[in-house]
Amino acid sequence: MILSNTENVPGKTILEFYGVVTGSTVRAKHIGRDIMAGFKNIIGGELTGYTELLNEARQEALQRMVAQAHSMGANAVVNVRFTTSSVAQGAAELFAYGTAVKVQ
Amino acid sequence: MAYEVLLQFLLPLMLLVGAYFTGTAIEKKHYRALRAREHASRRFLTVTFAYEPPDQEAVDAMMVTGSVVISVDYFKRFLAGLRMLFGGRITAYESLLDRARREAIMRMKDEAHRKGFNAVINIRIETSRIASSHGNNKGTAAVEILAFGTGVTFKRVATAA
Repeated sequence: MILSNTENVPGKTILEFYGVVTGSTVRAKHIGRDIMAGFKNIIGGELTGYTELLNEARQEALQRMVAQAHSMGANAVVNVRFTTSSVAQGAAELFAYGTAVKVQ
Repeated sequence: MAYEVLLQFLLPLMLLVGAYFTGTAIEKKHYRALRAREHASRRFLTVTFAYEPPDQEAVDAMMVTGSVVISVDYFKRFLAGLRMLFGGRITAYESLLDRARREAIMRMKDEAHRKGFNAVINIRIETSRIASSHGNNKGTAAVEILAFGTGVTFKRVATAA
């Protein structure tokens, strides 16, 4: 499955459009990680635990999007976008969406 | 009584001083590392639009991402708190976000490089607040910066002329 955030896949032409595909996941913070992040909050800098957590979550959202595209018979998703929103204290939703297409 | 005063004023002061020194040291080190990495990858094509060089063709494409979650240190928060009384530029936060964005872009470029691409096109950068502590000082305040784009491999086309 090819993913791209451009309107078409560079070097390939689009044969068919299948419509919008989406994938999302809502993640809460791990308590242990949150305590570590609390310490980090004093000295500042990167919160590595959160970076990993959000990366995993984003991969999962992408996978769900890809699975949906796959079930439609697509072999690529173009114009992929991400949004992140915090739905509650300590929980974030990661959302990925794009257009499922078939390329040569 | 004296003990209480000590706890009330000395502890935050120690945190402030400690945060200032560690924060400044980390920032300087990070900027040094960033400059070196950016210099090393300066030939790597990265653009914010969907671009295809006229004399080259794309043979491979896949999305690449890079992200970083950062938080502000105690000292910077204190500075920003002071600044908010008068308004104006909060330089302490500016440098933090600048570092984070450049780091996210570098990670994205690293991923593209690892996957064998020679350019990243249509780069987008998003900033989102992931742990809300707006209005109070409880909880962890952090910002996530996500940089993403399409990694491509451009190959030079043999022209007849």
